[in-house]
Amino acid sequence: MTEFDLATDSVRALNQSLHDSPQGHWRVSHPDGRHCIAAGVDAPVEIAIQGHVGYYCAGMNKQADIMINGSAGPGVAENMMSGSVRVSGNVSHCAGASSHGGLLVVEGDASARCAISMKGADIVVGGSVGHMSAFMAQTGRLVICGDAGDYLGDSIYEAVIYIAGKVGELGADCIEKEMTPEHLKSLKDLLTAAGVAADPGEFRRYGSARRLYNFNIDHASDY
Amino acid sequence: MCGIVGIYYKNKELNTQLGTMLASMLVQMSERGPDSAGVAVYRNTVHPSKTKLTLHAADPEYDWDGLGKLLAASLAADVEVKVRVSHAVVVTNAPLQELREWLGSNCPDVRVMSAGSTIEIYKEKGTPREFVDRFHLQDIHGSHALGHTRMATESAITTQHSHPFSTGLDLCLVHNGSLSNHNRLREQLQREGIEFQTDNDSEVAAGYLMWQLHQGASLKQALGSAINDLDGFYTFAVGTRNGFAVLRDPIACKPAVMAENDDWVAMASEFRAIAQLPGVEQATVWEPSPATVYSWGSE
Amino acid sequence: MSEQNPLRPSATFPLGVLAEIHRAADQGMYEIRGFGTKRSLPNFDDLLFLGASMSRYPLEGYREKCATDVTLGTRFAKKPIELKIPITIAGMSFGALGANAKEALGLAATQIGTSTTTGDGGMTNEERESSKTLVYQVLPSRYGLNPDDVRRADALEIVVGQGAKPGGGGMLLGQKITERVAQMRDLPEGIDQRSACRHPDWTGPDDLEIKIQELREITDWQIPIYIKIGATRVGYDVALSVKAGADVIVLDGMQGGTAATQDVFIEQVGIPTLPALRMAVDALKELGMHRKVQLIVSGGIRTGSDIAKALAMGADAVSLGSAAMVAMGCNKPVYLEDYQKLGTEPGYCHHCHTGLCPVGIATQDPDLESRLSPEMGARLLRNYLTTLTLEVQTLARACGKSHILNLEPEDLVALTIEAAAMARIPLAGTNWIPGD
Repeated sequence: MTEFDLATDSVRALNQSLHDSPQGHWRVSHPDGRHCIAAGVDAPVEIAIQGHVGYYCAGMNKQADIMINGSAGPGVAENMMSGSVRVSGNVSHCAGASSHGGLLVVEGDASARCAISMKGADIVVGGSVGHMSAFMAQTGRLVICGDAGDYLGDSIYEAVIYIAGKVGELGADCIEKEMTPEHLKSLKDLLTAAGVAADPGEFRRYGSARRLYNFNIDHASDY
Repeated sequence: MCGIVGIYYKNKELNTQLGTMLASMLVQMSERGPDSAGVAVYRNTVHPSKTKLTLHAADPEYDWDGLGKLLAASLAADVEVKVRVSHAVVVTNAPLQELREWLGSNCPDVRVMSAGSTIEIYKEKGTPREFVDRFHLQDIHGSHALGHTRMATESAITTQHSHPFSTGLDLCLVHNGSLSNHNRLREQLQREGIEFQTDNDSEVAAGYLMWQLHQGASLKQALGSAINDLDGFYTFAVGTRNGFAVLRDPIACKPAVMAENDDWVAMASEFRAIAQLPGVEQATVWEPSPATVYSWGSE
Repeated sequence: MSEQNPLRPSATFPLGVLAEIHRAADQGMYEIRGFGTKRSLPNFDDLLFLGASMSRYPLEGYREKCATDVTLGTRFAKKPIELKIPITIAGMSFGALGANAKEALGLAATQIGTSTTTGDGGMTNEERESSKTLVYQVLPSRYGLNPDDVRRADALEIVVGQGAKPGGGGMLLGQKITERVAQMRDLPEGIDQRSACRHPDWTGPDDLEIKIQELREITDWQIPIYIKIGATRVGYDVALSVKAGADVIVLDGMQGGTAATQDVFIEQVGIPTLPALRMAVDALKELGMHRKVQLIVSGGIRTGSDIAKALAMGADAVSLGSAAMVAMGCNKPVYLEDYQKLGTEPGYCHHCHTGLCPVGIATQDPDLESRLSPEMGARLLRNYLTTLTLEVQTLARACGKSHILNLEPEDLVALTIEAAAMARIPLAGTNWIPGD
């Protein structure tokens, strides 16, 4: 077990260690809202962070399994490629921004722009998400057990949204779609992987209407 | 662009900690705002017959006592002057309008930072650490306070352009973000009689609130109207005599974190400014929703 | 037409405006095109050098050296970028350009000792392998961005905006979103790419500062971080870039090119490179950061004299986009029928957005791409860059400089009042700078 206490050690030293000699289990204490903790990890290590983190925790994560026992600031797991990030509390805006792979689980709520620009990751939120979530989400899956704020899936491409709660005003080109047996299975597997107890049958599916894919004058008001 | 912080005590016994908590929060926001720092503290409410002004002079050797004596003689008023670094807190029973006119005519090098019964505003160029040390912030007690660390975007780095901005009695505003329609709005407000000292967008927001309050709006209503009338990205924290309020624009790209426990309510641009506060472990921490007015204390 | 009945054109509604309104009425959509601004603007041609005379002595060619090396990223990076010439290749995406063109850029840059830049589509293996010094762009779209490429980049360039469309995002039309492009960008094939204009996870210089920290953490503080801005409120933007922690600032004037965007954006937004450069240098000097945070300027740089003048005004280097493509054949009078099929002629072509580039640069079509082999493109570009460098040295030597970075504003005079005011260089034959 490698221990870092950010009350006395620097984030720079922590990250350098994680980059130089990543093995086994790591425990980081007293994060106290510091930024860029565990950014750029590229190894199958397990990292447990005890407390709240600031911006860009686990940014560009590859392979690592990172547990945040607290809440996270903006951009948690942004551009993640693989591995997993789990947050016991809430996350601020832009959670999982532009993430390509791996699994982000938020047990609490996410604020605005969750899964913005997502490019293939899986994001599961136990609570609700804020406005403009899945904005320009290109591919990947976003699961919301609670409600979504306004403009869900604005300008969405091929990403899939599953939501159990209420949806505000939908974003441009985002529509409700049919839940087929394939989708139910996909959702069930994802909820299991995320360790979130929820009934897939309670979820609805949202995705792109694909009317903005090529310009058509009749859709000009959507721009 | 900037860092903003605010602290409001629900438990008055903690008023003695105000300066220490405020100082800690301000220093945590140094990277967001290396150019200048400012605070508005609410304390030492004066008698209803009196007014409290905070004044600033660029000259570090400014003769504040001399000003006090001259003022007392000219306006036949009681005047107390307490100096704090480059500022002076002046408490007097002279009427506010006469005071402003007298200062305008006789002391062109002195700027009025705030007016009211409770508020004191201090702002200076330099890092937050320098500010905290120079002003002995830890020694200040009070019921609530706002703070701001500035990275100057479109207007100059001067004391005048720093936040908090005060355009009304015991009213102040700090802002993180950038407005986009403030120039035309400034002209409109000027026609309505609101005066501006700078070309700073945040000052326009403060002036707008003052104008709304003059029209009879409550602080909540004024901030609600701001959502429609102010364009751009902003997190505002507003201080009033007895309370404070927070508002984010509808798009909410500029950060904001709030924390509340039985003893206090705090807000900051980044959680790390709140992380060190005593009692944070017991606090509920949340992110304010966009286009929603949060307020504490009466207006 | 006769002398008794001459045709009278309208200056308010000239032929071009009439045609555009007819087109808009027909299609209901703004005009999208490539290339840069076509309108006439004050530029470096409006400045002239004061060569040597009785009071100032020139250097001989060849033996009396005029050095051209530049170092970028000295502020924080452990591994700054060393360039042999003060000319870099600007960011142009794989997608906008074909793979052969990107490889050609890399080969030429490596041969001559300078850097290339990825674009709004990610890093290809061809360009990483062909380019010895590769700057990796981080854009609002984040297409293709990944930590492996971040870690094999020589520098990172955070793009806030570009000169062609400051405030706009990238654009690539469906005809150029082939299988490979689509796969790199995680988009469906054949659709029109809509790009974000703001970064997804930060807004404002205060949050950008933290984003830069993140990128430095990921790269262990080894490599320089550039910030690229389109020229608008240059004074503020340069100051904020410095405060946010940039090692290098890339300033793209309104003449900067693009492969596709709205014509109205290209022509009506941003300020010319000439005043932008002056404002940037003023801002750096005010902060005591001139030459400490390096400044690369781009946007309509075409000749060795443009480059020498930009350096004299205070830039550390320039970047070429459109000119590099022209060197490789853009707008060359060959394959004339293919230009005509596009409804244009060599010398007038701005049809990068169609993907039907007659010379094989701005296309994903394999037949068209075959018209430009990487080796041929590299040779053409290398020759051009060599010519530019020789021109810069010629001018610098004539002004008595043993290093091109010793060129100064006082080596210049202006030919027009606008240029004098914008560049803050006196009008030739006078001491006058308008506005002083």
